[in-house]
Amino acid sequence: MLETVPGLPAGDATALGREKAVLAYGFMLRARLLDDKFATLYRAGKIHGGVFLGRGQEALSAAIGVSLRDSDVFAPLIRDAAGRLAFGEPIVDAVRNYLGSALGPMRGRDGNVHRGYPREGLLPMISHLGAMISVVNGVLFARRLKGQTGMVGVATLGEGGTSTGAFHEALNQASIEKLPLVMVVANNQFAYSTPNSRQFACDNLADRALGYGMGAHNVDGTSLPDCLATIGQAVETARNGGGPQLVVASLLRLCGHGEHDDAGYIDPKLKASPLGRDCLKLAEEYLLSQKLADAAQLAVWRSQVVGEIEEAVNQVQREPTPDPFTEKWTALSSPHLNEMHDEI
Amino acid sequence: MSITYLEAIREAQARALKDDPRVFIYGQDVGAFGGAFKATKNLAKEFPGRVLDSPISEDAMMGLAVGAAIEGLRPIIEMQFADFSTVGFNQIVNQAATLFWRTNVPCPVTVRLPCGGTSGSGPFHSQMMEAIYAHYPGLIVLTPATVEDAYSMLLEAVAIDDPVIFCEHKFLYYHLKADKLPDTALPVGKARIAREGRDLTIVTYSAMVHECVAAANELASEGWQIEVVDLRSVKPLDTDTVIASVARTGRLLCVGEAWPWGGVTAEVIARVASEGYELLDAPPQRLNARNTPVPYHPNLWTAHRPTARAVVSAARKLLRT
Ligand SMILES: Cc1ncc(C[n+]2csc(CCOP(=O)(O)OP(=O)(O)O)c2C)c(N)n1
Repeated sequence: MLETVPGLPAGDATALGREKAVLAYGFMLRARLLDDKFATLYRAGKIHGGVFLGRGQEALSAAIGVSLRDSDVFAPLIRDAAGRLAFGEPIVDAVRNYLGSALGPMRGRDGNVHRGYPREGLLPMISHLGAMISVVNGVLFARRLKGQTGMVGVATLGEGGTSTGAFHEALNQASIEKLPLVMVVANNQFAYSTPNSRQFACDNLADRALGYGMGAHNVDGTSLPDCLATIGQAVETARNGGGPQLVVASLLRLCGHGEHDDAGYIDPKLKASPLGRDCLKLAEEYLLSQKLADAAQLAVWRSQVVGEIEEAVNQVQREPTPDPFTEKWTALSSPHLNEMHDEI
Repeated sequence: MSITYLEAIREAQARALKDDPRVFIYGQDVGAFGGAFKATKNLAKEFPGRVLDSPISEDAMMGLAVGAAIEGLRPIIEMQFADFSTVGFNQIVNQAATLFWRTNVPCPVTVRLPCGGTSGSGPFHSQMMEAIYAHYPGLIVLTPATVEDAYSMLLEAVAIDDPVIFCEHKFLYYHLKADKLPDTALPVGKARIAREGRDLTIVTYSAMVHECVAAANELASEGWQIEVVDLRSVKPLDTDTVIASVARTGRLLCVGEAWPWGGVTAEVIARVASEGYELLDAPPQRLNARNTPVPYHPNLWTAHRPTARAVVSAARKLLRT
């Protein structure tokens, strides 16, 4: 499913080191520009419902996507456009789900960030925070029962989601079953408007790993090379039988909770602190300093990605929208057990 | 040989495990211990690695089941008591029930709910949960009242490609017996005429079928012929069989052990009122548990749920209208 942008290297999780950084940067850039496009479409009234962006979290999310193989499992959340693309989601499907195309993965039945392909290991989030982790456990558990080995499952969550019972139940369950789960928590300092001081009272969320019997990892979520190293290590530890891993990344949400939210509650001092650095800019500086790209190259990549996004949006805008008259209006896969209530 | 309702549930699971390598059982104490009620007795030994103790995590139990279903397996989740399924409610109604509709990937999960009241069990080990699950699109809700149905409907539940809430009644576990397991069965979605009659239709399900049949027998000694319809599955609900019965009798009483607000009895009456109004010779009536939590003490408990005696008096009143 992996998409290629001309000029940006294509590849998968087998890419190593420097190559991987370029690969991940490509997905960060795509995610950022795609998010910007969604924000523009939202303001133009072209999107039904909310728009939720991952600005500031692209390094972490892309690092997850490029650390996984096609045969792995990934349950992304609202700020994971980069990880989804890196795991193999076509840009056009992301656009379809936001614009409500009938050809999109959810066919207009669900929208925006609620999208995926369960059979291909990209799980479609339900909104209820924490609920996807045990589903990842179930996929891993089933594969083990079927005799498959060598896979990893990643679930993501914000720090706010760690306060749910579902989070606790699922991590405990993964640890009991010694499943190859990597739980990545993006501590972006706010859950909607709620600051960390009203969300948890421990010093470091990663300390919770000890209580479950998981491996613990902390990472600077603004740094692409750090995210690649830490996520890569957690994924490989889980893959090699090391049991479930908890990764906590520190960063700041560089946008509102959704595009409806101006995030006026975020202290400017926090924005000016190291947590508030833009991971995309840092990644570009890294590529330049490592001579993985020069300024001209970055500019070319950017315009290529812009072109790809424009093409996807243009295509989707010509696609059919869902039709209530041909919609089947049944939630069951067993037609003989349907009760029809729609003869109004 | 005789087999109880509970043994039939165990036998159905043994057969499902034997016939289909995709089946596994996950729930609290279901492994070596064989389950709180022994519904999985010896199964962990007979099917190593496929009957597994879960932590006390109903949410994660259900989430794991959905993930396994995505991978093509057919999990059976045992809730230790139906009442505790509320902790897994989110995964049942929002994850399992929406999966197919959202993604076209079926979700063949069977959730066994040991439900209903037994004397001394109190507010948190006695609940009837069928109405609340039946409310959600994407779920099938079964309420077997006989040993034969407990067996055949559980096997069918495991074979169905959608999430099935299997409400097995604890009051029937030990005392309800049959000579043997059935070879044939009505399919899910078909109601059964438990007793024929022409004066009044009683529509009911689960343990209340037996209270209603006992009431019908008592009324028979007074010359009344009461028809008892056992719904078997409350979702889908076999409206045709209900309406056909009301067409024969002209009178309808719905009996359920669940609480009175909304629910299965209200649904049946709503359907008959809108689809078979002209068939009714008297206003349809319903009898439910009282509108309080389920009480602990036997004196209160027997007065809380409908009993044969309560059914008799409700039926008499309706027969006189
Ligand atoms: C169980 C649950 N409760 C409430 C919500 C509403 N809600 C959606 S996102 C959100 C904040 C989430 O914060 P966090 O987990 O830190 O993630 P972030 O948005 O910061 O990425 C809330 C409260 C929800 N989706 N699920």
